[in-house]
Amino acid sequence: MLLDALLLQLGYNATLVAIGAALLGTAAGITGTFLFLRKRALVSDAVSHATLPGVCIAFLVMVFLGGDGRNLAGLLLGSAVTAGIGLLCMNWLTRNTRLAEDAAIGAVLSVFFGLGIVLLTVIQTLGVGRQAGLEGFLLGSTAGMLYSDALVIAGGGAAALVMILLTRRPMTLVAFDPEYATARGLPVERIDMLMMGLVMAVTVVGLKIVGLILIVALLIIPAVTARFWTERSEHVVLLAGLFGGLSAYVGAALSASAPNLPTGPIIVLVSFAFFALSLFLAPNRGVLAAVLRHLKFQRRVHLRQGLLALAQGHAIYESLTLRLLRRAGLVRADGVATERGRARASKALRDERRWEVVRSDMAHEAAAALYDGLRDIETVLTQDQIQEIDRQIGGPHEVLS
Amino acid sequence: MTVTLANISAEEEACIAKSPLSIRGLTVTYGEKPAVFSVDMTVQPGQMTAIIGPNGAGKSTMLKAALGIVPPVSGRVQVFGRPLEEQRARIAYVPQRASVDWDFPTRVIDVVLMGLYRELGLLGRIGRSHRAKAMDCLERVGMGDFAERQIGQLSGGQQQRVFLARALAQGADLYLLDEPFAGVDAATEKAIISVLKSLREAGKTVVVVHHDLATVVEYFDNVFLINTRRVAEGTVAEAFTEATLQAAYGGRLATTQIDKLARV
Repeated sequence: MLLDALLLQLGYNATLVAIGAALLGTAAGITGTFLFLRKRALVSDAVSHATLPGVCIAFLVMVFLGGDGRNLAGLLLGSAVTAGIGLLCMNWLTRNTRLAEDAAIGAVLSVFFGLGIVLLTVIQTLGVGRQAGLEGFLLGSTAGMLYSDALVIAGGGAAALVMILLTRRPMTLVAFDPEYATARGLPVERIDMLMMGLVMAVTVVGLKIVGLILIVALLIIPAVTARFWTERSEHVVLLAGLFGGLSAYVGAALSASAPNLPTGPIIVLVSFAFFALSLFLAPNRGVLAAVLRHLKFQRRVHLRQGLLALAQGHAIYESLTLRLLRRAGLVRADGVATERGRARASKALRDERRWEVVRSDMAHEAAAALYDGLRDIETVLTQDQIQEIDRQIGGPHEVLS
Repeated sequence: MTVTLANISAEEEACIAKSPLSIRGLTVTYGEKPAVFSVDMTVQPGQMTAIIGPNGAGKSTMLKAALGIVPPVSGRVQVFGRPLEEQRARIAYVPQRASVDWDFPTRVIDVVLMGLYRELGLLGRIGRSHRAKAMDCLERVGMGDFAERQIGQLSGGQQQRVFLARALAQGADLYLLDEPFAGVDAATEKAIISVLKSLREAGKTVVVVHHDLATVVEYFDNVFLINTRRVAEGTVAEAFTEATLQAAYGGRLATTQIDKLARV
């Protein structure tokens, strides 16, 4: 069943939803990355909650104009208007009052959402139009998705992506160093507004599938997931698009494979699964890698300290150090150094002196930056350089190793 | 402020036209408290100028306001005799290194390439010549071997040199540096000052917000002393004296200290 869903074999609606979701996920992942890099992730949460009154007002307007109030484009237009107002309110509060951005986010989010819920309740008691399904915008509802709905989503997502392609450089520069960007004459405020505008577009377009409460997850989780795997912003952007698209596609397929699985929340859970995997398994930044690195580092520290102690004839008190030395065949069971242990110890001591020279000489700066008290000097310098340093140190040139 | 502006004589106007950076009547306030009050400054072309003053005297704020990073309450800023906005391409600004997040996902070379922003435009591809130029700037600050490293792995001094390399990449005529020597190692300080001196030799103008009074005489041609208001401005010999230091720092420096500094 799941395989059928993944291969788009579950019928027209499921296929439409899966493709629409994948497009939305990609657009949200890419757009959200800039938000994440600019450290304004939560602004999107306020923007998305501010869409609700707009949806309700647009519905009422359309009903009073004689329609049934369910035209998606009309509802999205309304949501964009109030989301934009919410965004302007937040900007104004942050810039012109002493409120910090987090407080402004809290105020706008709750007030706009509260107003939206009031309007929603009023609409339900009015009993006008075909209001059934309006609350689907809260958590998304894909059951009755139409081809035209999918087109709106695809069009909106594609437009956002084109804008990002055009403005990725200034947006990255502003995210990294807004003061420098200002000094260079970049219109930082307008770039920020554009970024938020794109976020708003993605939010509005995503209302139908994930709903306004969870869209923040689709904007942010792919970006933080991608960050685990790379140190380059352009790769974070691409990976976030990939993670976003993939989670949305798999999530939509999963929810189609069994009855009564809500699409939006499942998509969020799938993207969380990618996040959790990355959190633990990513090389370098992942938790597992960090733990392993620490343990390995600790062993090297003990081994090195042990060797230096041996070379200088000091006693070794730590049992871990002794155990590691013994296991490496560097000391005998009674704590006396073996032949090999003595050789390694005298090399360790000599390397310490060599490092001292390296670290005091600007010519070796790049090498010295790698100094951690443990690294073998041969991994950063050539034999010629080491011989040159040995000449400076003096003493025996033959070092046992 | 109009008073100050109206009083600008023809002679002074000529001076402003020649100056790489001239500031008239600049006031910046945080809330109601002025950080910089009605300051005039005329930077001399092709020389190195230090902006000095006690902590909280408005040194960095003045620089930021001159560049439009902090909105001034009043004041006129001209760059090479023209309004600031027309001359942005001729200015290279080096912000304090603590002003950015060094865990940002980017490599050293990418930061320097940001200096080529105008050349690259929105969609231009980063070509071999851009990369070569960026590498050249990194070599000039002694960071050529670090190009591919993630910026989070750099020491404070190395971060500062990367920022300087980014400014060099712009090929500007006026260099404004905010506390480039704060908290850096001696090797970095030497590398930076030699780059700045080579810029001066090439006819560029350098303005540095500086905190270390002990090196003023050795490094700079001119000083600008500020403590919210302008205290003194001129060559090191004229303006870096016992009297001006006393006026700028007041009781913050011991008299013996001032004696020693001004006499170097």
